[in-house]
Amino acid sequence: MPDATGLELLASDLRKRDDIGAAAVLATLHFRGRGTLEVAPGVIRAALGALRARGYSFLASVHGVDYYPEEPRLGVHYELLDMSRVDRVTVKLRVSLDAPEVDSVTPDGQDGKGWPTAENQEREIYDMFGVIFRGHPDLRRILMPEDYEGHPQRRDFPVGGEPVIFTYNEAASEGVGTVSGGAPGEGAR
Amino acid sequence: MSATGQMSEYRRQEESITLSAVGDDTHDELLTLNFGPHHPATHGVLRLLVTLQGEVVRSIKPVIGYVHTGIEKTAEDKAYWKVIPVVERMDYLAYYFNAMAYVGAVEALLEVDVPKRARYLRVIHLELNRIASHLIWLGTSALDLGAVSIFLYCLRERELILDLFEMSSGQRMHTRYFQVGGVIEDIPVGFVQKAREFCKVMPERADQYRAILDANQLILQRLRGTCPLDAETLLGLGVTGPLLRAAGNPWDLRKAAPYSSYEDFDFKIPVGTVGDNYDRFAVRVAEIYESVKIVEQALEGLPEGPYITGDRKVALPPRHELATSMEALIHHFKLVTEGFRVPPGEVYNPIEGPRGELGCFVRSDGSAKPARVHMRDSSFVNLQALSKMAEGSYIADMIATLAMLDPILGGIDR
Repeated sequence: MPDATGLELLASDLRKRDDIGAAAVLATLHFRGRGTLEVAPGVIRAALGALRARGYSFLASVHGVDYYPEEPRLGVHYELLDMSRVDRVTVKLRVSLDAPEVDSVTPDGQDGKGWPTAENQEREIYDMFGVIFRGHPDLRRILMPEDYEGHPQRRDFPVGGEPVIFTYNEAASEGVGTVSGGAPGEGAR
Repeated sequence: MSATGQMSEYRRQEESITLSAVGDDTHDELLTLNFGPHHPATHGVLRLLVTLQGEVVRSIKPVIGYVHTGIEKTAEDKAYWKVIPVVERMDYLAYYFNAMAYVGAVEALLEVDVPKRARYLRVIHLELNRIASHLIWLGTSALDLGAVSIFLYCLRERELILDLFEMSSGQRMHTRYFQVGGVIEDIPVGFVQKAREFCKVMPERADQYRAILDANQLILQRLRGTCPLDAETLLGLGVTGPLLRAAGNPWDLRKAAPYSSYEDFDFKIPVGTVGDNYDRFAVRVAEIYESVKIVEQALEGLPEGPYITGDRKVALPPRHELATSMEALIHHFKLVTEGFRVPPGEVYNPIEGPRGELGCFVRSDGSAKPARVHMRDSSFVNLQALSKMAEGSYIADMIATLAMLDPILGGIDR
């Protein structure tokens, strides 16, 4: 883990780059011995590329977070690892629910390098949180069924309450699954 | 009829038959094969859409999600200590590892110190679990390659490990033994001796497995030189663990960034050379020996002292105190009803699981329930390497590769 000074140096390096800029590195956080850089969503590819040049060449994990009720609500975390110095740094970004769009880091960029490991993980974040990754080669649901509606890992998504589609329940939940019935999901609870 | 020299219709057709291939275009025809989701060789409920050209695999598209149970969502609805049994059920062969990744993250958020004895007890159980996981992998993989008897031998040794787990926690699987701040209970009398007996017997048995498999012409032909992948491509795909080590990169978090007192133990990291299926097989079998060595050392050096932190805000007070101490009663009540509150923050805690880096991300909003629990499951990430490994090889080699990949669908789908 970079120490607090190392993290600031890393942040100032990113701020100096033309493709990132001073305004795009929003915050640094050193917490429990772990360093986190928060960047603007627009520069994520440039930021990860710059960190790769600094040795953080292994993308260990990409995951989503819902910061409900804070705004901007959705977050995406990128856990980077430098294997030769055994050093980790987290890059995170936040997007609002109105425009949940981020550039995908999966495909190869201008430097000819992408992060192929992010493919399935970005699909999972899209599936669970509804963050749309621009330029992702195959952005489909991965864990939930293809015709599923909603993004279940969001904090305001209720647990349970889904209709169970068995013929046994049809009599008890009148109208579900019939043409004349209400919207799917109504009535079963 | 034959006397007239006239050829019958049947004979004329027969004459026209040649034994050469009937047109080359049929070989170029692509066939999409649906493989799974219920198939013994997919190691769980995994579906593969395989495009074949003759017998050669041209593309593989894994379809997952069949056993998605929303564990990460469930975890957000439970107090921190009640999340442990839930996350244990993700990768169902590596339950101690799931628990370790999770409690490690919560301990980092709480800044709780774990006593030395608890760390050693954790290491003992983690390494026993690694052996058990590798045994299941070895048995089922050999089954895929047509070797049936080895499965029974592997399960025989796994029984010994499960007996040890039952001794220490009362459960054979999903033991809930690791707690935030330590372990739930000290090991019972006789555990150390039984574990030592296991450590004595296991290397001999592993020698026997190698005598069965490693000298078997059929196994070697199926594994040697099939579906190799170099370390650089693997790193790009995020692959860690035995698969990466088989390609010659000795990355192991137990050595690189020791946690839970791994720095105290003397063990080697087995690595392969070319990263083919044989190396993947050999690395995992060699890891069994190393894990036995770690368990032996941990049993030998097991320090005296508490097995869980003395912080009463986090760990339950001993049972006998409840009868005499009002404070203990209050702490007990508070912990059992509400649980403990965790300072707000975000922590990503990676450990070395049997299949690679197993990271747990926990976000706390200051309440008694986690705001987000995410498991970076190694099988989920490693599965992406399957198409890179097996494309262009024969379909039989794809089966072997999938077996050597060791995917656990409970961990992939969570």
